[in-house]
Amino acid sequence: MLELDDRDRFERLVMPHQDAAFNLARWLVRSRTDAEDVVQDAMMRAYRFFAGFHGGDARAWLLQIVRNSCYTWMDKNRKAEKTTEFDETIHAGGRSESPETAAVAASERQRLMKALESLPARSREVLVLRELEGCSYKEIATITSIPIGTVMSTLARARERLQETLRGAAGEPGSRKEARHEV
Amino acid sequence: MRCEHSQSLLHGYLDGELDALRAEEFEKHLENCSQCIAQLEEQESLRTSLISAQLYERAPNALAMKIKRQIANAETEAQWSWVPIWRWIGASAAFAVLVAFTYHAVEMMLAKRAPVVEQAAVTEVIDAHVRSLQPGHLTDVLSTDQHTVKPWFDGKLDYIPPVKDLANNGFPLLGGRLDVLNGRSVAVLVYGRRKHFINVFVWPDSSQDAAATPTPGTRNGYQWNYWRAHGMEFCAISDVSAPDLHDLAELLQE
Repeated sequence: MLELDDRDRFERLVMPHQDAAFNLARWLVRSRTDAEDVVQDAMMRAYRFFAGFHGGDARAWLLQIVRNSCYTWMDKNRKAEKTTEFDETIHAGGRSESPETAAVAASERQRLMKALESLPARSREVLVLRELEGCSYKEIATITSIPIGTVMSTLARARERLQETLRGAAGEPGSRKEARHEV
Repeated sequence: MRCEHSQSLLHGYLDGELDALRAEEFEKHLENCSQCIAQLEEQESLRTSLISAQLYERAPNALAMKIKRQIANAETEAQWSWVPIWRWIGASAAFAVLVAFTYHAVEMMLAKRAPVVEQAAVTEVIDAHVRSLQPGHLTDVLSTDQHTVKPWFDGKLDYIPPVKDLANNGFPLLGGRLDVLNGRSVAVLVYGRRKHFINVFVWPDSSQDAAATPTPGTRNGYQWNYWRAHGMEFCAISDVSAPDLHDLAELLQE
């Protein structure tokens, strides 16, 4: 059992990073609904392990736990995951441009989203942490357990893959050149 | 042929993660490498499109609520987990009494055990003990004299706890204070044992029952000991050893 001020500390230090936790999980498991389950589970694990957190970067500490939960989930749901299709209805819209610009932006967003989702998980996670979450190389190393010396080359490879995928998608629409061969 | 820098160093530069020296080196390299310039531009435009696509997905509000509720539930479960321990103690205490007294007493013991569960949650006693060790919280009346400590309680509670100085037995009385257990004010006697502190919580025994021999227990590394005597219920708690606490219990029970 945690003492009361531990619970208080947890709410102050860890709970504010729920968005970061959810964003990482959503891109790793590629579904909002599954991400909710994984994050809920990860938060409870974080809460139980909180006594072992001795200050420092609470976001990186939490994301490390979230990432582990995601991989556990992906291992368990590997077969199901391959057939999980992206739910477009949940992600549509939410912008204030003219209908035409909005449509173009939405399709550009779709294109990037699909490309990112088609990358292997190891590429996906570094891109999400760097480009969406704004993590430093040091934080990425902590979260993903990649040695800090190889974060740069891992990112380089991931970006190259993303570019290739986008080029492929632009050339022949609907192609899945880099499709989900590795998780 | 691709420039090898475009594979790694370029990305460190793009991310602002190169140290000053390497950044300068790379900038010099950029002056002569059209390939890296093109690649850097391409990477920058990729980053811009990633940003403008707003791919970041925030947690739904409902999730935060769910997590808060789950944490609150986990807390409640933890707080109630002492109940089975008390049941177990009830059984073992009954066994001790069976050996010591007649089976008459056993029946009474079992019948009267229940109120203890409500009155003295070990968790609560431990919390109060830990609280008391904060600077300035141990004693309200600081005195090694039982004739000072005992009258101090007069008028503050609707009962007077028995107070004994046991300095000669290695348990010097340090003082007393009021504390709250289960929503009611109770008397606490503070004893010393070498460098340790022992809190003895005392409250009137509502069970009108026969005296009960000291029943020890451990929780979160703390020793506690519960007994009934002189129409009072006692719960001693400390980080001293179990035999020490038992000795104190027996001395206070006399």
